[in-house]
Amino acid sequence: MQLFLECLFNGVAIGSVLLVAALGLAIVFGLMGVINLAHGELMMLGAYSTYITQLIFKQVPFLKPFYDSYVIVAIGIAFLVSGTVGILLERTVIRRLYGSPLETLLATWGVSLILQQFVRSVPLAYASGLVVALFFGLFSPLFISDDLLSGTKSKLIRACTWGFSALLGVSTGGILSSLVSKLSRASARNVDVTAPSWMRGGIDLVGITFPKTRLLIILITLISVLGVIFFLDKTAWGMRIRAVTQNRPMSDCLGISTETVDIITFGIGSGLAGVAGVAVSLLGSVGPNVGGNYIVGCFMVVVLGGVGNLLGTILASFSIGIMTDLIGAGRLLTIWPDMPSPLASTIDFFATTSMARVMIFALIVIFLQFRPTGMFPQKGRMVES
Amino acid sequence: MKLSKRIFAGLATASLAVTVTACGGSDSSGNFDDTVTVGILHSLSGTMAISESTLVDTEKMAIEEINAAGGVTVDGKSYKIEYIVEDGASDWPTFAEKSKKLIDQDGVPVVFGGWTSASRKAMLPVYESKDAFLYYPIQYEAQECSNNIFYTGATPNQQSEPATDFMYKRSPAAGGDFFLVGSDYVFPRTSNTITKAQVKQLGGKVVGEDYLPLGNTEVAPIISKIKVALPDGGIIVNTLNGDQNVAFFKQIQDAGITPSNGYYVMNYSIAEEEISTIGPEFLEGHYGAWNYMMSIDTPASKQFAKSFKKRWGSDRVVADPQESAYNMVYLWKQAVEDAGTFDDNAVREALVGQTFDAPQGPVEVMANHHLSQTVRIGEINAKGGFTILEETGVVEPQAWNQKHPSSKGYACDWTDPKKGEKYRM
Repeated sequence: MQLFLECLFNGVAIGSVLLVAALGLAIVFGLMGVINLAHGELMMLGAYSTYITQLIFKQVPFLKPFYDSYVIVAIGIAFLVSGTVGILLERTVIRRLYGSPLETLLATWGVSLILQQFVRSVPLAYASGLVVALFFGLFSPLFISDDLLSGTKSKLIRACTWGFSALLGVSTGGILSSLVSKLSRASARNVDVTAPSWMRGGIDLVGITFPKTRLLIILITLISVLGVIFFLDKTAWGMRIRAVTQNRPMSDCLGISTETVDIITFGIGSGLAGVAGVAVSLLGSVGPNVGGNYIVGCFMVVVLGGVGNLLGTILASFSIGIMTDLIGAGRLLTIWPDMPSPLASTIDFFATTSMARVMIFALIVIFLQFRPTGMFPQKGRMVES
Repeated sequence: MKLSKRIFAGLATASLAVTVTACGGSDSSGNFDDTVTVGILHSLSGTMAISESTLVDTEKMAIEEINAAGGVTVDGKSYKIEYIVEDGASDWPTFAEKSKKLIDQDGVPVVFGGWTSASRKAMLPVYESKDAFLYYPIQYEAQECSNNIFYTGATPNQQSEPATDFMYKRSPAAGGDFFLVGSDYVFPRTSNTITKAQVKQLGGKVVGEDYLPLGNTEVAPIISKIKVALPDGGIIVNTLNGDQNVAFFKQIQDAGITPSNGYYVMNYSIAEEEISTIGPEFLEGHYGAWNYMMSIDTPASKQFAKSFKKRWGSDRVVADPQESAYNMVYLWKQAVEDAGTFDDNAVREALVGQTFDAPQGPVEVMANHHLSQTVRIGEINAKGGFTILEETGVVEPQAWNQKHPSSKGYACDWTDPKKGEKYRM
């Protein structure tokens, strides 16, 4: 029983990291059909946002008393940062490449390299300033009345908002770099996010240690998944997104602004990548390559679950998580200690992390031979089919 | 074909020398009679850049120090050392390609370079086929002895063997079982084969071993295995690489695998630089084994740390790989001066037997192109350094490990043409 619980917990813990990382991709790739290879780098931006938030809470006097809660603030900030960069990416690159997956793949791969080098060579304070400028530049038109924006002086007003945003960005960069000296220099060095003291250590229950960071990540994942389900199923924009996914030209004809839908979908997908970045930063170190480690796993989860199906993504990530623990930790040997020796030595052979990965990939390949569209294939008349 | 290439290389060197001399005439540094250009080849971009750029900094510092003290004196003429820095880009074939460029195009007499064993293995055939010379500064798994490489890092018998001995006999977990964890590539696997043989000889038991694929940071299955294999604490030998250490130490602490619960980790890839990245709060009470530690309390060690901080910033630290890189530049300079020429074959002969008062203490170049050096075991302290617990005398390097089943009884000696790369002792 204890063993079963431990295995289940580990599986869920590994699975929830995969799930939170793949959730944004499930939306972007699953619903929009965009192969975004820069998804991992959007996660990386989320992880860096956590790091910057932590430093700000540590250095700025009036935020110091709230240091313990920086992680929660970081989740919101990471969502906004990755979402903003994601929207910029959609507006500038991906929008021009809808319908040509190969070109999207290459272009987003290029973007991922640019983003990696960007965090290496630009001081983080100024990078934050740039994101702030982008954020206000992109969103401030939403708060200006349409009359002004479509009027004769629209160009001037737009230029003004961008000028204002740029000023804001530069001052943010300046203030940050003078307040927090660590952010004022560019560095290719990996940085580290330290969990606040209430999140360190573990909880001992029925003889098993549940690490608190893992529990928090499971909680973050749960909230994100519920949030996404609620948004897609219960809100008007969610319904529009589903409509556009199913039939783009028809939705367009019926008066849905597909362009806005694209922006929102991509923004949310990217924002979720940022949230995943917060989760990942609690487990390991934060560096320019952190996203690259997860991107293959993310695509694997989405493909295995069935493209375009959220439930499939959830089930796929948990089954990969449980399989990883079951094979990688050699659980079967502990459950059944005196199994016949050829079987035992086979299981022992696969009971290392490297071999477990090989085994899981092999199993997925075999599974996809029989169900090429994943666990839950998209049903109904798709426009593409 | 080979000959014509040589001639070409020779011509290139000659023409380069002429240009350099010609330029040197108008140079303001009138104290030198001539210049010599050496190659520096490390990753300045990609995953390894973080580690390898510190070596470039150290090598530049050593060269500047030598120049400030009058340069290299050959045949009564003083030479100023200049350098060409090439980027290996964390990509192993690039290391081979850039080596060719440095040797053929730039005609450098020596290249200081490399970090990972993979990059060294990629460069090795280039240096052997061109009969050029590479100075390699990293502690590594040995089982290699090239006539064209000079290794200034520790071999396993200068790092992991004394460390295993310490853990089994004198650490707080003495007599306990071993669990080996590492990244999945050549160094951890070879190092762990040696550790397993040694633990068996000592009468101990290795109860588990696991390898994390490079780039993977999901350590949860490894933690489960450690808890099953070592329910009441024991010795963990860690050869994980770079970022994987951060994930490992953050998560084992949460899972209760800590010194206070009887788990002690011995690390072979964590030096001062890594401690500051991972955070001493995760590492305190665990161990490390190196030839050089920043906390060595001698004037030479302090001076080394002081000059490095002065040159590159007060927040910087020095660690074992940097010290090896520093030593090799000085050893090359001494060998060149003794040989009286930059010709690499003569320098190679002069190199064996060179001694140097390194920051770690005296080192000597042995006939197998490795260094004899001191081994230190340290406990990681809250300040992010090592508290040195043990110090061996000078240990001679074994290019072919005496505990590894495939190399037992073999040695390497380049001073005796009959012995060479691998002979039976």
